[in-house]
Amino acid sequence: MSKTLLDKVWEAHTVRTLPNGATQLLIGTHLIHEVTSPQAFGMLRDLGLKVLYPHRTFATVDHIVPTDERVEPFSDDLADAMIKALRKNCADNGITFFDLPTGKQGIVHIVGPEQGITQPGTTIACGDSHTSTHGAFGAIAFGIGTSQVRDVLATQTMALHKPKVRRVEVNGKLAPGVYAKDVILHIIRKLGVNGGLGYAYEFAGSTFDAFTQEERMTVCNMSIEGGARVGYVNPDNTTFEYLKGRPYSPKGSEWDAAVTRWKATASDPDAKYDDVVTYNAAEIAPTVTWGINPGQAIFIHENVPSINEVPEKDRATAEEALAHMNLKAGAPIKGTKVDVAFLGSCTNGRLSDLQEVARHIKGRKVRNGVKAIVVPGSQGVASVAESMGLAEIFRDAGFEWRGAGCSMCLGMNPDKLVDNQLCASSSNRNFKGRQGSPTGRTVLMSPLMVAAAAVTGEIADAREVFGVN
Amino acid sequence: MALEKITQVAGRGVYVPGDDLDTDRIIPARFMKCITFDGLGEFAFYDARAFAKADGQIHPLDDERFQGASILLSGSNFGCGSSREHAPQALYRFGIRAIIAESFAEIFFGNSITLGMPCVVASGENIRAMAKLIESDPAAILTLDLTEKKISIADTDFPINIAAHAHEALVAGRWDAIADLLEDLDAVKSRAAALPYMAA
Repeated sequence: MSKTLLDKVWEAHTVRTLPNGATQLLIGTHLIHEVTSPQAFGMLRDLGLKVLYPHRTFATVDHIVPTDERVEPFSDDLADAMIKALRKNCADNGITFFDLPTGKQGIVHIVGPEQGITQPGTTIACGDSHTSTHGAFGAIAFGIGTSQVRDVLATQTMALHKPKVRRVEVNGKLAPGVYAKDVILHIIRKLGVNGGLGYAYEFAGSTFDAFTQEERMTVCNMSIEGGARVGYVNPDNTTFEYLKGRPYSPKGSEWDAAVTRWKATASDPDAKYDDVVTYNAAEIAPTVTWGINPGQAIFIHENVPSINEVPEKDRATAEEALAHMNLKAGAPIKGTKVDVAFLGSCTNGRLSDLQEVARHIKGRKVRNGVKAIVVPGSQGVASVAESMGLAEIFRDAGFEWRGAGCSMCLGMNPDKLVDNQLCASSSNRNFKGRQGSPTGRTVLMSPLMVAAAAVTGEIADAREVFGVN
Repeated sequence: MALEKITQVAGRGVYVPGDDLDTDRIIPARFMKCITFDGLGEFAFYDARAFAKADGQIHPLDDERFQGASILLSGSNFGCGSSREHAPQALYRFGIRAIIAESFAEIFFGNSITLGMPCVVASGENIRAMAKLIESDPAAILTLDLTEKKISIADTDFPINIAAHAHEALVAGRWDAIADLLEDLDAVKSRAAALPYMAA
């Protein structure tokens, strides 16, 4: 009794304590992609090592893949080399690769869950910081660097230190037009971009109890933006219902046994936390970032901070942010001209995100001069969205409907901002240069807020634009 | 696989001021389209350096006075953002061998230690004081002493801090965990065998 989910999963996966005091932690599921794996496989070859558990390793291609023309060879030689390297590394090592021709390709943090690979009570690692997404299933999921990718490939373990746990409770009902994306942006605004350093975030409370798995994934996805490497939600019936029948989910009698085990991994009611914070869902309004890190955020109706409102130690960064974003201190953010609207990413590229926008955008038009793109998070999401008629709704509205991948979230493929274009984005980072242009500007927001920006050509309140109340 | 025991790093310093200097700034994503880490050094802080030039200024990393510096000083939450190891790799290949900051993002910190590049914490006040000393004498050698947990520059000592496990790893020559992790694969297999979801 008195254990958190983190305690239980950590214990179950501890192999031994290493000489310097770190834990050798078994990583049950290893997700890989084309950006952070090539050097790791190279390191393996140099060390003369093999992949220890190929059947626990799953690959996809997402960061560099074009979202329009996907015929190979890609026009970008470097990108082409990367997909070929991944293909070869997977073939040489017997690793399942959700490659472009399989119909299962997509952003790694969307593919894992939709395939049923992401499961409660497991440890997961991937060479990408948004691996925290998988914590939505009650997994402990770590974003790792290339040397650690090497460690997991060769030993199925990593040297890690157990984080503390902060229980982040959100209670109550969200107001109409307020979404999971607003919840996590609000939490990061409150706790800061390094508030989670050394912590795993356990997201809980009645708001999370009521969330769907996709909403929980949106929140867990951005744990890392709050400095918490790991974020999770305790598994429950919503989790089990989501997983039932998926390709890699347990079947038959194994299913029942798994559910019993999964239920037991949830934090005990009397679990001890290192810190607890509580928020009231009803107080959260649609949130947008104004600056150059995800913590610099305000409600849509608020003004961009004036410099003396900002604590002294944060003023230099605030000034730099305002200069880069070309925003006026103390002015409303509403009405800021938008050049590009991007709906997609591992944060908000799932079916429910597309459905929610489609139902409001039907019959409306993207404003002249705005480039609006929808990038479904996976081929699976795209396929269902197309069969539901969502793609047509987006196209009729003037959005470009693209193929699956990370796309404009980080501009490693041709989908980049040009010069100082301002992008209303459903992604997770607004760092300088993030979206492929050094002078490009990113404003983070929920999918419906992206749609509102697309339709009006400016940062707008989606509730007003679409009559949501 | 014997690793060097890292107890001391000495070299000239360079101060890149700012809080929350993120991994996209340290190495813009467009330079990560590579299958090795070779050649990444020239892209460290690429856009920040280009902006400075365009504004008729000189970024500290391009400043002749600090050329060849191997100890980087910065602000809080250094290396926040991505888990990309390309970030510490770019700095290492640029010539940096140790970083002193007010605080570090966790993944960046871990990636750096794995490369044998110590990341140590000092107060903002002390970092600014060190920066002033470097400014007044760019040729001065900073000596980071991990045993004494201090940095010496000119005749002044500044205390530093580093997480115990990282400290242990560096001074014992175990900063790249791979050797330790490979030591007992039977223990790994036996733990895996106890978990139903790991079954083939």
